[in-house]
Amino acid sequence: MTEWLALLWHFLLLGSVAVGGVSTVMPDMHRYVVDENAMVSSREFSDVYALAQAAPGPNALWVTLLGLQARGAAGALATTLGILVPATVFSLIASALHARHADTPLALAIRRGLAPVALGFMLASGWLLLRSIEQSVGGYALALIALGVAMGTRLNPLWVMAAGAIAGVAGFV
Amino acid sequence: MPETRSARELFLTFARIGASGFGGVNYWVRRILVQEKRWISDGEYLEGLALGQIIPGPNVYNLTVMLGYRFAGVRGAFAAVGGLLGVPLAVLLVLGLLYNRYSALPVLQHALAGMTAVAAGLLLANAVSLAAAMPRRVLPWTFLMLAFVGVGVLRWPLLWVMAALSPFAMASVWRR
Repeated sequence: MTEWLALLWHFLLLGSVAVGGVSTVMPDMHRYVVDENAMVSSREFSDVYALAQAAPGPNALWVTLLGLQARGAAGALATTLGILVPATVFSLIASALHARHADTPLALAIRRGLAPVALGFMLASGWLLLRSIEQSVGGYALALIALGVAMGTRLNPLWVMAAGAIAGVAGFV
Repeated sequence: MPETRSARELFLTFARIGASGFGGVNYWVRRILVQEKRWISDGEYLEGLALGQIIPGPNVYNLTVMLGYRFAGVRGAFAAVGGLLGVPLAVLLVLGLLYNRYSALPVLQHALAGMTAVAAGLLLANAVSLAAAMPRRVLPWTFLMLAFVGVGVLRWPLLWVMAALSPFAMASVWRR
């Protein structure tokens, strides 16, 4: 129970600072569930992230799969609520205040000021996933190709994921 | 603007958006809410997204809460969220159970290794596009590098790095 509450609490904290999306706090999720508490292996962590891309809906819901793998249904509840409760509360507050425009001084300071910080965190998330490729030259090549395709075309990312799965099975990675 | 929609209508509309949202929900939010149903204008959609970027959490989720609230109050917000998340959560639970049962299979391990590499590339592509749009000034890039090194390389707790950087980052762009 204490372990569950601690998991919920940590994800609530991360959910409260995930300005710019949930992918910005991924490195700290890894630090907590893999490095510090060994709830899942590093491999499982990147596996569930990749697997969740195959589901419809907001990408952030991969945390549900992470919680499920770490501590079953209760774990899924903790990680999902941790991310969604702060988002819900802050969105309702913004709505109740009739916030329509994102150009008050504070809103601008958050949007422009925190953007580089959030971006640094997001790059750290990408770096984390790259590390999990484990020095496979094919894996790095595949990541580079995916980056190029995503930036250069408007192809649905799901097709790129499917191609990645096939390349993996074919022994490319 | 005091238009209202029933909670049921909100639930069903956002359920469609959630279930269609393979490979990114934003596209479907715009297509269904702006172009098809005309519940909001393009300008309102963009402002909602901008607000969603300030509020912590998933951008599309925040937009869903705000639109649900606008059309039917707190009840509407929860109806919209229930619709958005229902199908994706069910799919994720099935994927999780399958993973639990079959993750030892070599063919699945290879497929997931390939998917992880692609997922890394997609995430980095997103970050690189955003970075390309950042102003070419020393200060923002310094904050970006400090955030990356602190959390990504040194693996310090993100909350500490955020607490240390955000007051300076926000002060650096403050305008009255």
